[in-house]
Amino acid sequence: MARVDVKKTYKLYIGGKFPRSESGRSYEVYAARKGEFLANAAQGSRKDARDAVTAARAAQPAWAGATAYNRGQVLYRVAEVMEARRPQLVQEVRDAEGLTAAAAEAVVSQAIDRWVWYAGWSDKYVQILGGLNPVAGPYFNISASEPTGVVAVLAPQESSLLGLVSVIAPVIVSGNAVVVVTSADRPLPAITLAECLATSDVPGGVVNIITGKASEIAPWLASHRDVNAIDLAGAAGADGVDWGALEEASAENLKRVLRPAGTGADAVEPDWTATPDLSRLTAFLETKTVWHPKGR
Amino acid sequence: MSITQTADPALDATSRARDLLGVSRLTNQALTRWLHGLPGVDQVGCEARAAGLGTRSIKTTSKAWAIDLAISMIDLTTLEGADTRGRVRGLAAKALLPDPSDPSTPRPAALCVYGDMVGIAREALGADSGVKVAAVATAFPSGRASMAVKLADTKDAVRAGADEIDMVIDRGAFLSGDYLTVFNQIAQVKEVCGDARLKVIMETGELVTYDNVRRASWLSMLAGGDFIKTSTGKIQPAATLPVTLIMLEAVRDWRDLTGEQVGVKPAGGIRTSKDAIKFLVTVNEIAGEDWLDNHWFRFGASSLLNDLLLQRQRMTTGAYSGASYIADDSPSTAY
Amino acid sequence: MPKFEYAPAPESRAVVDLQSSYGLFINGEFVDGSGASFKSISPATEEVLAEVSVASDADVDAAVKAARTAYTRVWSRMSGADRGKYLYRIARILQERAREFAVLESLDNGKPIKESRDVDIPLAAAHFFYNAGWADKLGYAALPGGANPQPHGVVGQIIPWNFPMLMLSWKIAPALATGNTVVLKPAETTPLTALLFAEVCQQADLPPGVVNIVTGAGPTGQAIVDHPGIDKLAFTGSTGVGKMIARAISGTRKKATLELGGKAANIVFDDAPIDQAVEGIVRGIFFNQGHVCCAGSRLLVQETIAEEVESRLKRRLETLRVGDPLDKNTDVGAINSKAQLDRIIALTDVGEAEGAERWDNGCELPSKGFWFRPTVFTGVSQTHRIAQEEVFGPVLSVLTFRTPQEAVAKANNTPYGLSAGIWTEKGSRILWMADQLKAGVVWANTFNQFDPTSPFGGYKESGYGREGGRHGLEPYVKGTH
Repeated sequence: MARVDVKKTYKLYIGGKFPRSESGRSYEVYAARKGEFLANAAQGSRKDARDAVTAARAAQPAWAGATAYNRGQVLYRVAEVMEARRPQLVQEVRDAEGLTAAAAEAVVSQAIDRWVWYAGWSDKYVQILGGLNPVAGPYFNISASEPTGVVAVLAPQESSLLGLVSVIAPVIVSGNAVVVVTSADRPLPAITLAECLATSDVPGGVVNIITGKASEIAPWLASHRDVNAIDLAGAAGADGVDWGALEEASAENLKRVLRPAGTGADAVEPDWTATPDLSRLTAFLETKTVWHPKGR
Repeated sequence: MSITQTADPALDATSRARDLLGVSRLTNQALTRWLHGLPGVDQVGCEARAAGLGTRSIKTTSKAWAIDLAISMIDLTTLEGADTRGRVRGLAAKALLPDPSDPSTPRPAALCVYGDMVGIAREALGADSGVKVAAVATAFPSGRASMAVKLADTKDAVRAGADEIDMVIDRGAFLSGDYLTVFNQIAQVKEVCGDARLKVIMETGELVTYDNVRRASWLSMLAGGDFIKTSTGKIQPAATLPVTLIMLEAVRDWRDLTGEQVGVKPAGGIRTSKDAIKFLVTVNEIAGEDWLDNHWFRFGASSLLNDLLLQRQRMTTGAYSGASYIADDSPSTAY
Repeated sequence: MPKFEYAPAPESRAVVDLQSSYGLFINGEFVDGSGASFKSISPATEEVLAEVSVASDADVDAAVKAARTAYTRVWSRMSGADRGKYLYRIARILQERAREFAVLESLDNGKPIKESRDVDIPLAAAHFFYNAGWADKLGYAALPGGANPQPHGVVGQIIPWNFPMLMLSWKIAPALATGNTVVLKPAETTPLTALLFAEVCQQADLPPGVVNIVTGAGPTGQAIVDHPGIDKLAFTGSTGVGKMIARAISGTRKKATLELGGKAANIVFDDAPIDQAVEGIVRGIFFNQGHVCCAGSRLLVQETIAEEVESRLKRRLETLRVGDPLDKNTDVGAINSKAQLDRIIALTDVGEAEGAERWDNGCELPSKGFWFRPTVFTGVSQTHRIAQEEVFGPVLSVLTFRTPQEAVAKANNTPYGLSAGIWTEKGSRILWMADQLKAGVVWANTFNQFDPTSPFGGYKESGYGREGGRHGLEPYVKGTH
C-alpha cells in the first residue's frame, strides 16, 4: 500500500516565526501549467502586514549594526541552505512558473548565484559609493551609505524565485529589514525561501514574508508611517494594484519609492535574468555625511 | 619633575590655590588634574571665531575712539642688546609727546625696557607723566636661569623704580608637565614685585597649542599674575588674534570664578591700526568692556604707535599722512 | 551706553542697478509675462525693490518648450567639455560680480551682508566651479549609466527664499553639468538675484533656453510640477509642499529630489570644547536668522553643564548685533517676510503657553521691516511644539539629556532627519553618535558648514536625494528604474 505522504503547510513568515494569518484565511494555490492544486497558502491581511512592520522595525537596528562582513556571511549562508534545498525549490518554481525541469534548474541556479552576488556586496558598496570629500577648509568630511530602515517590497508576480531573490537580497544586504508581499498566484517558493532564511543565520524580523494579494495588503504598507521605503516591482501584473495610488499614499511620510519598470502608467515585470547593477541596492540607502574640524 | 614636591606654604598664592582646587596640599598632580580638566579648545572653531571678529568694520567716530584707546594701551617697547640711554630717552620723549603736531594725542600706557634701563626711563618720564615703567625680568627672554637670578633680576628692576614687571615662565617646565615649578616661580616673583604689577609672559609661540595657552593662562592667574601676556616678541608666532581670544576667555572666566580681574597683553607682531582695532573688538566682545582700559589691556609694541598716529592724523586732517609727518627718534621706513 | 559703539558701516547699494520691473527669462531673453506682477520688497525696510512678473501656465509652458528645444537641439549634443566651459564662465562671472550679488541678496532677502558676501555668493560660485569640472568626467562618477550617464532632459527646479543664489547654484550647476536644461522658479519673496543670474547667463553666452527663470508664487510652481514636459523636479522648501509634489508626480515617470524641513538636534556633552560649542550653537540657529532647514534648532545639552552652557550662550547672544542687513557689522538681519514673522511669533507664543521659559537678548529692533530678537527657550521637553515643529527663525529650544543613549533617542525622536550636531572631545563617542543619528549631515565640533564637494540631504521626512558632491549628480542622470 502506498505511503500517505505528509503535505507541507505553507504559512507566513513574520519576526522569524511561521504564523498563520491572523485573519485565519488561506487560499488555494494552483500550478501554472495544468492548474492542479498545489497547496493552501495563508492569505495575509493588513494586520499581518502591521505585525510584520513591527517585527522589521524591531530587528532592523541590530541587523544594520552587525558588521558588514557578518551580514555578508549570513547572506552567503542563505545561499548554502538554498543549494541544499535545490530539489524542493526546483519543483516549486517548476510548478509555479510552468517551466521544464531544466529551465527550473537554471532559474534556481541563477537565483542562488544572485543571492551570492549580493552577499558579496555587503562590505564593498560603501567603498564604491562614498568616501572622503575634499572640502575647501580644515575639515575631515566623509560620506557613507546607510540603510534606509524598514522597506516594503511587492515581489514580482511572475518570477517566483529569481525575481523574489532579486528584490530581497539588495534590500537586506545593506542592513534594511524588509516586509515582502509575495506573488499572489505563485507564493510557494517564497515560503520555502523563508524556511531557508529561518534555518540560516538571518535574524528573525529582518525578512518578513506575507503571502496573499498585493491589492489588499500593499495600500496599508504604502500608507504605513513606520515604513521608510517601498519597492513597487510587484505592482506589474498584480490584480487591482494601482502603483500610482500606492506611490501617492507613500508621499504621506515621504517614503522612498522604487517605481515598477515600464513607461508611463504601465508597469511591466523586467527580465530578471538580466545582469543586475547596483540600482536596487542604492535605492534603499541614505547618504550620511560627517564633518569634523582638523586641528592641533 | 617631582610629583611629590609641594609649594611653599608661606605663599598666599598657594593657599588660595588650595582653596580653589579643593585640595589640602598643592601638588603637581593636583595642578595637572585641574588644568587638564579645563574645557578643550577646538583650533578650527577658535580661529574661525577670531576671524569673524576680525571682519568687524570700525568706521568714523568708533575708529577715532578706538585709535586713541589703542594708543593709550601701548607698552612702548625697546628690548634690544643695542639699547642705549639715548635710545631709551628718545622713546620716553615719544611717550610723553607722541605727536608734536597734536598735543591732544593720548600717551601710551608704559615704556617697556630691560631692567638696567629702568632708572633711565624713570628719570626721563618724570614722576607725573602717567606713563608707567615696565621692566622685563627673570632672565628674559629665555627664562633659562636659576630662581635666585630671576628673583634678583626682578628685585633689581623694582628697586630701580619699575611700576610693572614682565616675567617669563619656564616653558620647558610647563611643556614637561611640571606645572608646580611654573606656579612656584610665578608666585615667588610676584612676592618680590611688591607694589609692581606682574605680567606673566607665557611665550605662546612655544606652547603651540591653544589647550596649552588656556592652561598656562589659568596657571598664571592662579599663581598671582596681574596680567597674562602672550610673548616676548623674540619668538614667532607672537601675538595672534586667536591666542589673545583664548586668553581673554580665560580672564573672563577667571573673574566669573574668583571675582578678580586680570589684564591681558598681546605683544609682538601687532603693527597696524587695523590689527589693533581687531584686538579691541575682540576684547569688547569676548572679555567685555571692563577690559577696554589700559589698566586691563595692553599692546606690547614698538612700530604700532606710529601707524596709529598716522591713522589719527588721517582722521583729524581728512588726508592720508606719511612717515615724514610722524616725529620719531628712531624713524622707520617700514610704512 | 556701551563704551565701544560700532558706528554704522553700511555696504554701498550703488553697485546694484535695480530696474523698476523685471520680466521672465525664457529662451535667453527677458520677456513680459502674460500674467499679473508682484512686488519684491526689502524685508528690512518694506521698501519696494521691483515689480516682478507672475509666470502663468502659458509662460511656464513657453519656458518648458524653450528648455526642451535647447535640450534637443543644442545642450544634449554638446560635448561635456563644452558644457563645462559654460559653467566655468558662469562661475567666473559670479566671482567678478560677487559684490553686486551679495548686496542684492541682502536687500531682497534681509540676510546680513557679511553672510551674503562671505558665504552665499562665494559658495554659489564654488558650486558652479565644482560642477563645471564634472561635465566631461561623468563616466568616472560611478553613476547609473556607467561610462555614459544620460541626462533626464528638462528639469523643473523650485527654490526657497532662505539662500536664493546658493540654492539656485545647488540646482542649476549639477543639472547643467549632467546635460539637462532647466526651468527654475525662485521664491516669490526673493526673485531678484535669480533674475540677475539670468543676465549672467546672457553674459556667458549660454545657449538660449538652457536656463529659463520663471517668477511667481505657488501656482507657478504647481505649473512646473504638473507640466508634462518636465522630466525631473528638484525642490527645496517645506516638508508640506514636498509631500504635495511627491503626490503630484505619483504614478508618473517624473523624478524628484526633495530637500525639505528639519528640526536638528545640536548635542553638547560635558566634555565639549565649550567656547567653540557656544559658537556652534549660535552659528547653528542664528546664522541666516535661523532660516535654515538644517538649523540646530534643538539644543540638547548634558544636564551636568546645562546651566553653564545656558549662561555662556546668553552672554554671547547679548553681543549679537541685529539690524540693517547691509551694515557690515550686522550679525542677524531681517526676517524674510511678514508671513514668516507671523509664524515665528505664533510658534513662540505657543512655546510660552506650553510652559517653556522664554528669553531674548533684549536688543533694539528697527521700527520698519520684519524683525525678531534672538530667542532662547529653556525647560523645553520633546513634547512641546517648539521642539517638534520647524520654527524657521532665530529661536532655540534647549532640552537636556543624561546619557549618550538618551541624547540619540531624543535627537532621532522627530519625523525629520536632515542634520545633527555633536560636541565632545571624545573621538570614539563622536563616531558612535554619528552612526546612531538618523540625519543626512552630521557636524561634529562644528555646525552649518557647506561645501560643493559635500553631499547634503535628509533622512525620513527631510526629503530624498542628495545635493553636492558626486552624490549630487546622481539625481540628474537616468537610473535603471
